[in-house]
Amino acid sequence: MSISELADQPMPAPGDAGAPSGSVLGRSPWQLAWARLRRDRVALACVAFIVFLILVAVFADPLSHLIGWGPTQQDRATGTDINGLPTGPGRIHLLGADQLGRDILVRLIYGTRVSLVVGVAAALAAVVIGVIVGLCAGFLGPAVDSVLARLMDVVLAFPFLLFAIALVTVIGPSELLEIGVIAFFSWAAVGRIVRGQTLAIREREYVEAARSLGAGNLRIMVIDVLPNLIAPVLVYVTLLIPISIVFEATLSFLGVGIIPPTASWGNMLNDAQAGGLYQVAWWFLAFPAAALVLTTLAFNLLGDSVRDALDPRTERLFAK
Amino acid sequence: MTDAAKLTSTDPAGDPNTLMTLTNVVKHFPIRRGVIIKSEVGQVKAVDGVTLDIRRGETLGLVGETGCGKSTLARCITRLFPLTSGTINFDGHDISRLSPRAMRPYRRQVQMIFQDPYGSLNPRRRIGSIIGDPFAIHGVADGQERKLKVQELMELVGLNPEHYNRFPSDFSGGQRQRIGVARALALRPKLIVCDEPVSALDVSIQAQIINLLKSLQSEFGLTYLFIAHDLSVVEHVSDRVAVMYLGKIVEFADKSKLFGSPRHPYTAALLSATSIADPDRAAARQRIVLHGDVPSPINPPTGCRFHPRCPIAQPICSQLEPALIPVLNDTSAHITACHFPLADGQHLPTGRPSIEQGGEKSAS
Amino acid sequence: MSLLEVRDLTVSFHTADGLVQAVRGVSFSVEKGHTLGIVGESGSGKSVCTQTLLGLTPGADVSGEALFDGHDLLTMSNSELRKVRGARIATIFQDPLSSLHPLYKVGWQIVEMIRAHQHITKSAARARAIELLDMVGIPQAASRVDDYPHQFSGGMRQRAMIAMALALNPDLIIADEPTTALDATVQAQIIELMASLQAELDSALIIITHDMGVIADTADDVMVMYAGKAVEKADQRTLFYQPHHPYTKGLLESIPGSTGAGEKLRPIPGQPPSMISLPSGCAFHPRCAYAMAQCRREIPPLYDIAGGHTSACFLPTTIVGIGPEIDEARAQAADAVRATDAAAALQNPGEQP
Repeated sequence: MSISELADQPMPAPGDAGAPSGSVLGRSPWQLAWARLRRDRVALACVAFIVFLILVAVFADPLSHLIGWGPTQQDRATGTDINGLPTGPGRIHLLGADQLGRDILVRLIYGTRVSLVVGVAAALAAVVIGVIVGLCAGFLGPAVDSVLARLMDVVLAFPFLLFAIALVTVIGPSELLEIGVIAFFSWAAVGRIVRGQTLAIREREYVEAARSLGAGNLRIMVIDVLPNLIAPVLVYVTLLIPISIVFEATLSFLGVGIIPPTASWGNMLNDAQAGGLYQVAWWFLAFPAAALVLTTLAFNLLGDSVRDALDPRTERLFAK
Repeated sequence: MTDAAKLTSTDPAGDPNTLMTLTNVVKHFPIRRGVIIKSEVGQVKAVDGVTLDIRRGETLGLVGETGCGKSTLARCITRLFPLTSGTINFDGHDISRLSPRAMRPYRRQVQMIFQDPYGSLNPRRRIGSIIGDPFAIHGVADGQERKLKVQELMELVGLNPEHYNRFPSDFSGGQRQRIGVARALALRPKLIVCDEPVSALDVSIQAQIINLLKSLQSEFGLTYLFIAHDLSVVEHVSDRVAVMYLGKIVEFADKSKLFGSPRHPYTAALLSATSIADPDRAAARQRIVLHGDVPSPINPPTGCRFHPRCPIAQPICSQLEPALIPVLNDTSAHITACHFPLADGQHLPTGRPSIEQGGEKSAS
Repeated sequence: MSLLEVRDLTVSFHTADGLVQAVRGVSFSVEKGHTLGIVGESGSGKSVCTQTLLGLTPGADVSGEALFDGHDLLTMSNSELRKVRGARIATIFQDPLSSLHPLYKVGWQIVEMIRAHQHITKSAARARAIELLDMVGIPQAASRVDDYPHQFSGGMRQRAMIAMALALNPDLIIADEPTTALDATVQAQIIELMASLQAELDSALIIITHDMGVIADTADDVMVMYAGKAVEKADQRTLFYQPHHPYTKGLLESIPGSTGAGEKLRPIPGQPPSMISLPSGCAFHPRCAYAMAQCRREIPPLYDIAGGHTSACFLPTTIVGIGPEIDEARAQAADAVRATDAAAALQNPGEQP
């Protein structure tokens, strides 16, 4: 009670009697959050790693050229030994080769591209749908809400993996379909969060104030509610991206995602476990798995940091 | 209920001095249970037949304790809530059934100031844009013109116009309430409903806001409906005062009459319970300590709703609801809903109430 | 020797925004059977003062002394403090809902509280709980003892809190905004109840509030706090009728219906200061009509005004009270000092503050 009361003491604006000038005046909540995020070393490390991944994905072609192997190029001479087993990490293949003599590093680089594109695109698509549906469900009253909330319940209740496999089997796998499938099964979770937040925000006095001024539903939803949703949604996006990346890897692993020979972390893992190859060629399993784990970890840690930065209450109370 | 409406003096709606007339305004909130098929299991009778008139240029004080329905009534007047029944006549027009679209012109004339200086301003928006909202919504001014108007308003309420681009979190409670006042004032409304505008503020700041509201009133000829639970504040600002208890007006009179010779036992108890920052006067007053708490508005007591807590209740109080009419030899300007109104100078006994719900004499 | 003697209490917190100096050297004492009112606005440090005494401000930098019955509360170990807390010093908080555990029956919570400090049987403790609930005016205490907190109304919860506070006949009761969350008619009940119980038990009472009306109803002595410091201490009547400090005077003049209120309220201008970057000298000087050069330079000590009446203000100690003539006298005194300052500044232009 006491500490929060004190910490919440607003800083009086300069020019008023008794107010010392200076400090953090006039900065938007976003600027404040950004300032807090910049002080967070873990967050900075995660951002650096994610930027690195993006660069790797963007410059996959020149990188593979530099390394000297194409993503599907089979090195029959040195990639496999006389028994047909892949060669390990060394001078020719930095991270080793796979059962067809393809370079693991180059395939990882191209897999990064797939993971990021599918992960980010699916997450963004899910967020857009989820925000729109959640906002309408939360704001437009009980009739709209009961329909949309049921819809979200139904989507969330789907056995999504089975459904995804069935769908892909029927339509035939493609990157676009994979994005669609992941987005379709992710938006409802976003929608639920947004709906809950909207229900809380619409009871706030500033929404009443806007109504009493004569503002219509659309204006209130866009001007008053949406900016207050950005923080929780942003946090959720940073957590949804790694979920989508893992989802993508899962589908590819199961053979219903990215079609070989195009590389993805998921189908690399699938190759590794096929025939128990990983027992003799650990690099085959270890590097794609490590890429997946590190990427997921980076996004998750960043999500935590973003949440802390956007929620000054916890920060102010507990940080020194 | 209806005869109470008829009996309140002459029809105030036709009087040119009347800005707003409420007739039998009722707001019930249904309580629904059930997961998919919701059935109504009861109603919160938040406002249960309120008849009031607000005169041009006056400050009408509305007092009552938590849960008496005063804030709900405020939101009925500003049409934030649809009415269950009853009519609201504003400046000669019935606005109680208007659609949101038809309501828009009236929204410019009836504005509201909220209780919570923290909750009533969107934390993610800049002050300039918050105060400029009324202009944006009603398409009054754009761009540079809007900015000038907003800064004019900021100056008017005692804010530094240079702080146009700041966020609410940069301001203290009192300053935020000034922002709320500026927003309410933007379209030069006729009526401002002030819902506990100072109760969340520190005392030294309260007085700043009260003085600001008063000076704006004389400058722009505003009419205020001033809702508060603090009687000393209401006494200070109001011309006439209405006392609300469990969704109903129990007494309505000029300030001097209501504070000088309260008729309703509840008014008398409320007056005596108000804290006075003056030890001698606090010690001198005869304090009536009411027993028990305000009953639930879901299932209000029969007859006079105050009877379970009233020290002078008689059996009739639990059976027959008293009409809101002039009592004893009061003029039509002082109306009270009580079967046994207090005479001038009559003190309320401090004993426990003798009538329980249903009219049976209680054992204790 | 007073029951509680606090000397030079200083409390500060480290926050992300900087060091919050919540309490800056506050001294006060309470006698048995007396009521001390601590009044101040939000952020004045009034609650932090007493929370620190009970060890409820973890992470704070604390210095000073708080002798309770001769033992320093600030240097006590946690286990020693636990024995004192509840048994000898009881607290009543503003929001009873957050102080009563929602999942346990009210009576059970009182029983546990008693049994944590006294070795008595469950049934004896239960009988005591019923007796206490009855004493604080809860109807049908014998059956309500098995109710959960949510089944009580706000006023009844506050009564239950008081019952809990009284369970062990404490020597000192600290009530932190005990009536702020309550309606006027319920507030009147609680104030009356606390006054009568205090008289009965002869314990000391500290009431912390922002409401001068509550002070006028309850306190024997009053301490006014502003920005973490005691600015004025006096007995109740002196404080209301003969205030010395411009802040006290300003508070009284801004409350409708108070001793200082006129037709038009005279609010204190400006906003309360930030506790992180306090104004120099007297923290009140930017809002004070009588501020002099000295006020900006030095922190005024508590000057003796009359027996037991002290005030932290450089204005002459002879000028006390409320009203236009006294304000005039204050203004003249301040003007005289300002004129002397100006003359001195002309002579030594280098020392211009």
